[in-house]
Amino acid sequence: MANEVCFRTLEYLKQPWELDEYKSRGGYEVLNHILKNKIEPSEVVETMKTSGLRGRGGAGFPTGLKWSFISRNAPGQKYVVCNSDEGEPGTFKDRDILRYNPHQLIEGMVIAGYAIGATVGYNYIRGEFWEEYERFEAALEQARAAGFLGDNLLGSGFDFQLHSHLGGGAYVCGEETALLESIEGKKGQPRFKPPFPAHFGLYGRPTIINNTESLSSVPVILKEGGEWFKELGVENSGGSKLFSISGNIKNPGVFEVPLGTPFSELFKLVGGMKDGHKLKAVVPGGCSSPVIPGEQMMDLTMDYDAIQNAGSMLGSGAIVIIDDQQCMVKLLDRMSYFYHEESCGQCTPCREGTGWLWRVVNRIENGKGRQEDLDLLESVCGKIAGRTVCALGDAAAMPVRGMLKHFQEEFQYHIDHKKCMVGAGPTKGLG
Amino acid sequence: MNKFMNPLQTRNKEEIFSAEIREDIDRWIAKYPPEWKQSAVMAALRIMQDDNGGWLTTELMDDVAEYLDMSPIHVYEVATFYSMYELKPVGKHKICVCTNIACMINDSDAIVKHLKEKLGIGFGEVTEDGRFSLKEVECLGACGGAPMFQIGRKYYENLTPKVVDSILDGLE
Repeated sequence: MANEVCFRTLEYLKQPWELDEYKSRGGYEVLNHILKNKIEPSEVVETMKTSGLRGRGGAGFPTGLKWSFISRNAPGQKYVVCNSDEGEPGTFKDRDILRYNPHQLIEGMVIAGYAIGATVGYNYIRGEFWEEYERFEAALEQARAAGFLGDNLLGSGFDFQLHSHLGGGAYVCGEETALLESIEGKKGQPRFKPPFPAHFGLYGRPTIINNTESLSSVPVILKEGGEWFKELGVENSGGSKLFSISGNIKNPGVFEVPLGTPFSELFKLVGGMKDGHKLKAVVPGGCSSPVIPGEQMMDLTMDYDAIQNAGSMLGSGAIVIIDDQQCMVKLLDRMSYFYHEESCGQCTPCREGTGWLWRVVNRIENGKGRQEDLDLLESVCGKIAGRTVCALGDAAAMPVRGMLKHFQEEFQYHIDHKKCMVGAGPTKGLG
Repeated sequence: MNKFMNPLQTRNKEEIFSAEIREDIDRWIAKYPPEWKQSAVMAALRIMQDDNGGWLTTELMDDVAEYLDMSPIHVYEVATFYSMYELKPVGKHKICVCTNIACMINDSDAIVKHLKEKLGIGFGEVTEDGRFSLKEVECLGACGGAPMFQIGRKYYENLTPKVVDSILDGLE
């Protein structure tokens, strides 16, 4: 079983992003049904709760529960915001939704608006995704012309306007409150919580903000039922999930499979390692999730609990598969540079700590490491994690801890011998 | 809305930008609540950057501030926070090379080395003829096609030095 939810129309259609083709596979029927039959919004929220859908952006918070925090009858404007600011290194699934199935996302967002009583939505697309933005804009135009967006949708009296907002290049804007700040025309610095967006969101109004994949799942969940979706997956991990799989493999790509699918099956789907090299390690849920050694990974299933029990995170479902030619010190050097570069600078532990982590890993990588650096890295991690407004600080610490836990001998070798122990040869800049 | 209006603003909106630019920016302003014109600041900066050959001057940022009834400092904050805004001239073709993990383990180093040798410039530099500039960027969300880069608005994936040559040779 694969391609049941976000990719369900793709294999049957030539141009699945076109309205006519989407409609030919049942597109907008769920929205039509809800509006025509005036389905109780609370019923929609209940179905989402039953489905067990957990936020697909990385945090895994139950989507239905998030929706239920909004008081539908509270007066004033409410908002639905979609987080298409896909930036977690290794993740490239939302891009495929925007490119290939934009109408399902639109339908999901209109239904979300109906469920919480919001009449305006924004889709925040990362600025680099220009081609995806244009595809989404074209879909918006089609949906408006067909009466699926605008005033008095299908004669129901329900209005919903949907706009896209383009980002400007900032990883931290994937954090939901930073994203809201960004729509408000400010620097993308996360807000202190509480209050949560359900009470004080975009423009200070009640807001739900969900990932592209989460919102695109909505029409299918409501069509097939919450139980159906839940049964696709396993305990505590309902549904299927898009996995972005990249690295030293033969056939990288985005694959939709049920949660709980063994990693070994996904490994077969991508054709295994390329160039005859061996599997060394796997980053299972985006750059921020701690690395897992290859042989351990081959025994794991891809669901929230299994990956968490192995000491990592399912995150955004971004799997980076690493072969035995790669130096883990060099890899961590690049990861740590990323967090240093992307820290928004608001919280001191993250702003300063990410710089420390990078500089220390970088000197180990460049043969200038000291024995005490390994303890220093752990100490800096402990001074960042849990001490910042948003999760970027934790995200910077986790890969460091994962690497030191599983591949400490490579760091030790770098310190002792001032060179790499793996096939890639001596570290750059060293004799 | 804004408590910190620019005291220097005296021009009519029509005097700030051409009709074409205004139409473009106004289309974005219309997406947001009337009292939140500043939500269009990111779009307005991008539009002005594109109109100015790929980079923003302080004067242009001030114009955006005036047009959106924002204080200039708020516009500078946005322009300096997000990586896609350029505050120095760039090449006609801005090559943004991803070197993050998925690209790195697929040898983005070789792509970077090839580009630097071919163009004779490093990251953050512009070729003498002004045609190309190089920029190292973080993950662009196309890891399935690693290594990759973006030139202008377009993604190019599964790069090799040979593919890079044919792409660059095909540009105006």
